[in-house]
Order: sequence, then C-alpha cells, then structure tokens
Amino acid sequence: MAPPPRANPPTRAKRRFLRPSVIPGFGLAFGYTLTCLGLIVLLPLAALVTRASGLGLSGIWEVATDPRVASALRVSFGVSLLAALTASVFGFLIAWVLTRYRFPGRKIVDAVVDLPFALPTAVAGIALAALYAPNGLVGAQLARIGIEAAYTPVGIYIAMVFIGLPFAVRTVQPLIAEIDKEIEEASATLGAGRVHTLVRVVLPPLIPAVLTGFALAFARGVGEYGSIIFIAGNLPYVSEIAPLLIVIKLSEYDYGGACAIATLMLGISFLTLLAINLIQAWSRRRFGYV
Amino acid sequence: MSETFAPVALAEARPASVVTEGRWIRWLLIAVAILFLALFLVLPLLTVFAQAFAKGVEAYLAAFTEADAHAAIRLTLLTAAIAVPFNLVFGIMASWAIAKFEFWGKNLLVTLIDLPFSVSPVVSGLIYVLVFGAQGLLGPWLLDHDVQIIFAVPGIVLATIFVTFPFVARQLIPLMQEQGTAEEEAALTLGASGWHAFRTVTLPNIRWGLLYSVLLCNARAMGEFGAVSVVSGHIRGLTNTLPLHVEILYNEYNFVAAFAVASLLAGLALVTLCVKSVLEWRYADEIAAGARGH
Repeated sequence: MAPPPRANPPTRAKRRFLRPSVIPGFGLAFGYTLTCLGLIVLLPLAALVTRASGLGLSGIWEVATDPRVASALRVSFGVSLLAALTASVFGFLIAWVLTRYRFPGRKIVDAVVDLPFALPTAVAGIALAALYAPNGLVGAQLARIGIEAAYTPVGIYIAMVFIGLPFAVRTVQPLIAEIDKEIEEASATLGAGRVHTLVRVVLPPLIPAVLTGFALAFARGVGEYGSIIFIAGNLPYVSEIAPLLIVIKLSEYDYGGACAIATLMLGISFLTLLAINLIQAWSRRRFGYV
Repeated sequence: MSETFAPVALAEARPASVVTEGRWIRWLLIAVAILFLALFLVLPLLTVFAQAFAKGVEAYLAAFTEADAHAAIRLTLLTAAIAVPFNLVFGIMASWAIAKFEFWGKNLLVTLIDLPFSVSPVVSGLIYVLVFGAQGLLGPWLLDHDVQIIFAVPGIVLATIFVTFPFVARQLIPLMQEQGTAEEEAALTLGASGWHAFRTVTLPNIRWGLLYSVLLCNARAMGEFGAVSVVSGHIRGLTNTLPLHVEILYNEYNFVAAFAVASLLAGLALVTLCVKSVLEWRYADEIAAGARGH
C-alpha cells in the first residue's frame, strides 16, 4: 500500500501526493520546509526519544520515583492545574468584559492582556520576585494576613497565572464575539432570566474554547522556567519545579536523568492534551459547536 | 414624521436590554477585570522601572557602562539578527508550500511545525545538548574537529531558532490559505514568472501579517531565557544574552543593575505591544485570517 508514484493514470488522481497546479515552486518550498523542519525540530527531538528509550521504562520509572523528582513533578503539575483554573475563570471574565461591554480605555486593556507574551520571562520573574518578596509592595501586605508568597508554591502559582492568562483570554474571546445575540433574545423572550440564559444558553457552546484555553495555560505552566525560578525559592521537596530539576541534572552532566524527567513531562502533558481533546470531541457532539 | 427616526434613538436609550447584564453588574465585572489585570500584569511591569530607578538615574545608567552589559546587548542583537531572518524565510517557504498547494500529509506537516510551541523552553535547550553536547550524538565528532556549539554562540542561535520556529509560518499559513491562489494564477496566466508573481502579488498581500509575525518573533528571540540558559554555559562577556545577564546580576544581589538591564527588555516588550496593537487596529483583516474584531 505504498503511495503511488507521481505519474499516475488520471483515474487514480485522488491518490496522488500533489494535486497538479499552475503555481510554481512547490518542490523548492516543500523541500526547504522539510529540510529545516528535520534539522531544527525533528532531529533534536529524535535525540531525546533515542536517549529516553535507551533508559527503558525501568530507567525512567527509577528516576520518576526518586523522591526529589516525584515532588518536583507534583509541584509542577499540581500548581499549574490550580493556576490554569484561576487563569481560565478570570480569563473568561476578562474576555467577556472586553467583547461585550464598552468602556473608556477598552482597547488599551485589550492590548495589556498580551503583556506576558511580549515580556521576557526572566524580566517577569525578577519583577514578580521583587513584588511578592516579604518586603515587596504586595508581599508585605500578604505577609500581614499571614500568606508567604515568595519562595513558596504560592509564588509559583502567581507566576503561572501571569504566564497562562493570555492563553485563557485569547482562546475564548473570538467565540464570545461570534455569539448570535438572537439566541439570547429568544431565550429572554421565552421567559428565561438573564442568569438562566447565561448558564443554559450562552455558556455551554463556549465550554470547548474554555477547555482549550485551560489546556494551553496548563501546558505552558508545567513547562515554564524563567518567570518561576526567581520567585519560587527553589527549595527541594517544597518549591522546586521539574524544569529546574532538568537544568540541575544537566549541570551535573546527568544526561540520562535530565532526559527521563523531560520524557515524563512530555508524556504527562501529552496525556493531558489528549484528555482535553476527548472532552472537546464529546462537547462538539453534544453542542454541535467547535 | 419624526416617528420614523425614533426607533434608533429609542433603542440606544432603552435602559435595560435583554442581552446584557444590569448596569451595576456590568461595572462590577469591568472593575474586577481591570483590577485583576492591573495587579497581575501591569504592576510587575511598573516594578521593573521602579526598581531600575530606585537609586536614581546615575545608578541606572551605570549598569550600561559595564563591558559585560555591552557584550550581552551585542550577543542578543546578533542572535535575533540570525534567528529572525531564518524563520522569516522558513515561514514564507512553508506557507507557500502549505497554503498554495494541495498535498498528502499537509495537516501532519502543520502540526510538526507547531511542535516547538508545546515543548518546554528547558527541554528545547536540552535536546540541543543531546545532539551537540560533549556526551551528545555528534559530541565526539565535534570535539575532534574542534567545533564548539554548546556553551557557545551557535548553540544559543540554534536554541533561539527552535523556540521561535513556528511564529512566522503559523501566522502566514491561514492568511495565505484565506487569500487563495486566484490572484497568483491570474499573474502567471498574464505571463509573469513565478518569482515575479510572488514579489508583486503575494508579498503585498501578506506584508502586514509578515511584519506582525516578525515583530512577535523578534520579541521572543531577544527575550528567550529557558532554552538559551541551558545551552549557554553562562560565560560572562561571551555567551550571556540580555536575559541571562539579568539573571546573573540578580543572583549577585545587584538589583539596580539587574532591573536596569531588564528595563531595556521591558521597553522592547512595550514597543512590541504598541506596534502590534496599532497593526491590529489598522490592518486587522490583512494580518490574520478571519481577524477578530473584524
């Protein structure tokens, strides 16, 4: 069942690799694309897969059950889950306010949402650390009510909310803009109150987008490094994140350990994204929207 | 007669619409959204500048007289000057192949191009260490030929290219797909060469989208920290980019200098955001397919 060669009888044209076109340059553009993709992305990633398979499942399991690694993975995934939840809730609220309401300065507020995309993570990291340190502007207030933010998982949570928020806003925003207001009018005309309309009519079709934003924020939080390490304090077993442990293993020339942690992170992230995709597929069937 | 104009005015003035929330709830939600953004996003940005100028303008400027700072600025500019054009050419090539032609396996190709976005920055650096590092696949060969990639500038450039790889392509692909091939076909039928058609028909159609994606690609290239940190080796004056220089100064408790250098990057972020917003407001439909806000 190998793909048929290019020169095919016209009856089997559907199975050609390339549909004929008068536009030139496919060979050059396609070849260049594949070469770059192969050398820059696929080859290095293959090196990781090769290394990890060299360790075998037992080797990876051994690293995963190391108490320090297990605790770092727990911190990374656990805190990222909470941060992504927060980002999704407030991201939805912000997206709703920005698309549905008109108020002075709306466009500037809209532009501000992208700040975490534009601000280098190390800059965000030291700024958050200064802000939430016990003598910092916000840290001092939090300390007064007994919350230690910097150098604890709370600090990691704050950095992950910062970094995940734009994903949550930007995935939901276009869908809110597309809502057909006539459906809401119909719902109201049929006697539903505003809350009832929102919960039963407006929100359900938005759920897949909210979940996508949640998944993106979650994945970003798990992998995030620069904005976290300054505020986290990096205490082993308490506030050490998995990406930092990879850096530590590498600085000890423990390539195997670094690969095992990277593989575990990629594996768990992949399973999360798969789960989200399944939920999306389900809700697409349920609500008929993307 | 005045009745014919009345409905518009009435609709505007009608106090309670059925498709929005009550007045107080609206303002409450707006206030919550703005407060949240101010606390979580704007305050950290202001902190950068406040801390940078905490000991006065002289202390701020002193951070830039250091030779290491100059070296870091030069390396960051050099890295971006290689990585951004590379991804620009790649992005145009990839979107030409993907948007203008129908071929088998296209979706897979698009997914693979997007891959670097879903890899943790640290892992992005790690994979290059695994290929080019001393214990890596090509490590022994590179050692024999006295070529250093990891803990040197080539590694930094490669890692930066990796993390910014999808920027231009993922912006241009949907844009060019939406524009279709009719205009190029017309140009070719009228006798234009392929290159001529690209330059005079395709390029003007995608110029704003191209500028937009290059802007974002550049911001990421200059600001990348995790991936570059893994492959750089942190050799002062040699393999430190601006974000790495910020880290070193901060870890040495030289806060004013750290935030002063950070303020350069924050300034770059602000300029990027401003230009990006202006492009979005003026050329929304020429930047992205099915642009938001229309």
